[in-house]
Amino acid sequence: MINVPSTIKIAFRAIRVNKTRSALTMLGIIIGVGAVIAMLEVGSGARYKVAENIESMGSNILMVVPGSTSAGGVRFGMGSEPTLTMGDSEAIRKECSAVLDVAPMHSGVAQIVYRNENWSTTVMGTTPSILLVRDWPMADGRSFTGEDLKNMNKVCLIGRTVADNLFGGVDPVGKIIRIKKVPFTVIGVLAVKGQSLMGQDQDDFLYVPITTAQKMLFGNQFPGMVRIIMVKAKSADDLYRAEQQINDLLRQRHHIGSKQESDFSTRNLTQFMETAANIARIMALVLGSIASVSLLVGGIGIMNIMLVSVTERTREIGIRMAVGARTWDIRLQFLIESVTLSLIGGIVGILLGTVCSVLLSKVAGWPTRISPFSIILSFGFSGAVGIFFGFYPAYKASLLNPIDALRYE
Amino acid sequence: MKIITVQNVSRVYQLGDIAIHALDNVSLMIERGEFIAIMGPSGSGKSTFMNIIGCLDKPTGGQYLLEGIDTARLDRDELAGIRNKKIGFVFQGFNLLSRTSAFENVELPMLYNGISVKERREKALTALHKVGLAGRENHHPNQLSIGQQQRIAIARALVNEAPIILADEPTGNLDTKTSAEIMELFVRLNQETNITIVLVTHESDIAAYSRRIIRFLDGHIMSDEPVVKK
Repeated sequence: MINVPSTIKIAFRAIRVNKTRSALTMLGIIIGVGAVIAMLEVGSGARYKVAENIESMGSNILMVVPGSTSAGGVRFGMGSEPTLTMGDSEAIRKECSAVLDVAPMHSGVAQIVYRNENWSTTVMGTTPSILLVRDWPMADGRSFTGEDLKNMNKVCLIGRTVADNLFGGVDPVGKIIRIKKVPFTVIGVLAVKGQSLMGQDQDDFLYVPITTAQKMLFGNQFPGMVRIIMVKAKSADDLYRAEQQINDLLRQRHHIGSKQESDFSTRNLTQFMETAANIARIMALVLGSIASVSLLVGGIGIMNIMLVSVTERTREIGIRMAVGARTWDIRLQFLIESVTLSLIGGIVGILLGTVCSVLLSKVAGWPTRISPFSIILSFGFSGAVGIFFGFYPAYKASLLNPIDALRYE
Repeated sequence: MKIITVQNVSRVYQLGDIAIHALDNVSLMIERGEFIAIMGPSGSGKSTFMNIIGCLDKPTGGQYLLEGIDTARLDRDELAGIRNKKIGFVFQGFNLLSRTSAFENVELPMLYNGISVKERREKALTALHKVGLAGRENHHPNQLSIGQQQRIAIARALVNEAPIILADEPTGNLDTKTSAEIMELFVRLNQETNITIVLVTHESDIAAYSRRIIRFLDGHIMSDEPVVKK
């Protein structure tokens, strides 16, 4: 029967007696655990940021873009042929059961002017559905309507960046701006989306009714042509089905034979985003593994010090054995000592790591997310390190011959 | 029943090809309450003998019965238990834990036999009182004189009420006056509590405090005779 409370007392006393050495030993664990925590938190912060970006793209989105053309063996890039039309867009919305809504887009870059301010931005002609497709709320004013679309009204919605650059502090709603010298009325401002995954400012754009854009801004020889059709599937599970339905529908509408290549292609944005999320996860894992190595080194530091401690206290061990300490009394004494060292190191390391991750996420502009999981994991791991690296020294101590140990100088 | 029965005990150390007979066929019996001095030159086997009866070492031949128990049958932990309950050690170099108080040194053996905190405290204070160190329990060994340090060691040997005290040259590091005080303490403990004391010494005036002197030479008992008190 082993007296655990007094064994703990003995271990604590030994740690107190060698304050400097104990502190230095703990430092290894502190740095190890701190690094693991910081890396895990940074990783989860990055993942969260990616997830947020995915949300900002709008969920369950497919993009349909025109295909490439080839003329006399020369192949042109994607979108070089104006194959998608407003009709295609309407047909997808009406006939594909897995599709919630569609937003055809026809865009270009244009200089816009308000009084003596001007700004170059992307002007996107689209339909009111875009707000639903991209899960984009209005910040101010109203969206355009089917009526605006039909009448080719010269109205526009602007992103926050445009509003800031063109209007400064002035409320943009109701003001007249000129896009390619055509006057438009600003009827609404959209909520802030922030940066996309690729670092693009998603708020630097302007929406106009697609009909107006086609007719007055980016008019070309193909009436009703659209550059991109954005499609929102009913749910994440419907994405694949929606892609199939769109393919079938458009091939049929474009009279493409079964052996011919499509003159359009669909892109699943969610998949792309998931890849990005995976990369973030792998990054976190790699960083975590590297940090774990420092925890391992910290553990070896504990073993080193415990071995020194056993040698140094050979005589003490001999005395304890002479007055009746059994094998496990001695083993537990040294085990508890090393576990205590590593656990205290672990707690300090968790605090340090948390502070580091808070600072890092401040710098990176991520939300701070301290997960209890990584804290419990590191705490448990540092305890395990103490047991693992403390066992050999403790085992060695317990096997000493009491006579030799007593005579040790 | 004899407290210690040693029958034909041998202890052979094998150093390469040479066998060293530290103890050669030693037989001896000790009654409860005896006060024995063991004398002999260095290498005579007296320390080996003490280690064996202290259950720190095992004989390579013969039998050692402690209170009728054959110690050869006991494993490492059981021998530790015997040392804890039956034997109190007093060493020449005191062997106290430095940087711990007198009280904690005396408490040490009780950490290994499951005595409650309260009882440990009472027993440790009683033992310190017995050796004349009442009120010094919070002093560290290096704050005390060497005589007082040896008293702490004696209190530690007494605290579990072990029936035997084994003292290996307990006065070897002490001056004459302090030696006399320590020896008087042993005599008093032996008379008052009937504790069995076996002590190793080089000096015949120290041995004279005992009641029986056993002389070792070359691993044999050379003489075993009672002390004639003048």
